[in-house]
Amino acid sequence: MLSKKQLFTRGMLDISPHMLSVIPFGIICGAIGVELGFHPYLVYAMSFIIFGGASQIVFLQLLSGGASSLVAVASVGIINSRHLLYGAVLSEYLEKLSFIKKLLISYVVVDQGFAESNKFFKKNRSEEFLHYHLIGTGCTMWVCWQIATLSGIVLGSFVPEELGLKFAIPLTFIAIVVQDLKKLDHVIVMITCGLSSLLFFDAPFKSYIIISPIIALFVAALLLRLKK
Amino acid sequence: MTLTAIIFAGILTYFTRMTMIALISRDMLGDKIKAVLEYVPSAVFPAIIFPGIFINDFGTFIEMNDPKIFGALVAVIVGYFSKNIIATISAGLVSYWFLIFFVFS
Repeated sequence: MLSKKQLFTRGMLDISPHMLSVIPFGIICGAIGVELGFHPYLVYAMSFIIFGGASQIVFLQLLSGGASSLVAVASVGIINSRHLLYGAVLSEYLEKLSFIKKLLISYVVVDQGFAESNKFFKKNRSEEFLHYHLIGTGCTMWVCWQIATLSGIVLGSFVPEELGLKFAIPLTFIAIVVQDLKKLDHVIVMITCGLSSLLFFDAPFKSYIIISPIIALFVAALLLRLKK
Repeated sequence: MTLTAIIFAGILTYFTRMTMIALISRDMLGDKIKAVLEYVPSAVFPAIIFPGIFINDFGTFIEMNDPKIFGALVAVIVGYFSKNIIATISAGLVSYWFLIFFVFS
């Protein structure tokens, strides 16, 4: 049985390699916000209040492009609706927690944290304080994201644009799913999702980001039925 | 004004994070749904990966000889065999940089 502190540390260690892509991306996000002409305090407030990578950039781009606040808010909601799926997966492991703890822990659920903690949870179901792993991944992400976006806001885009560091984001997610390429059913689900995301890329409010997972999960359900 | 919109966007985002964790209990999800949820990482992350590779900053498709495709392939191969996140990201970036700075320039 691991202690709370050990689980927290394990969570920190499990997510830290992803900071290689998260930190440059955060710097870019902060810098773009200021470049688009928004007040630095507002750009930073987003990292604290929304705390959601790409959705923050989309929000500012929409507003600066003349979209209404309603459209910008709706887009953020739709982009981040994928967290509903993460929550549904995690709820099984967080069930014993008190309602207040569930409310608090929810704030730090992010893509990479969900991915790494979910992998850990599957292998260590019997641990009593599992949620400390999720707190570890989430808090590491939170601290790095705040520092990275702040640096981008204060120092501007000191990361040269020519490096194309936004490309690190798809790479980080490749690192997360690449081991599942060993399983044919997962490969089919991934390709379904990927192709759907390209097909529906122009759907309103960036909704491809939730439409394609839903299509892919339907395919997953079909595959499960075929397997039986 | 913008701050109000940010706060609403933040509340909405928080609800997407909190709803399923805090308001759904285990019994509400049947075994079949749980089996499907096993696929969530494979069903969600390609929606971030594919557009990140195949669609450029202007929202249009890239050419088939774009260095990003090559970088992504290198990342997949290195990631598959090394099982190492840092190696995967670095391999993808370095091969991408090699192409944009030395081959395509």
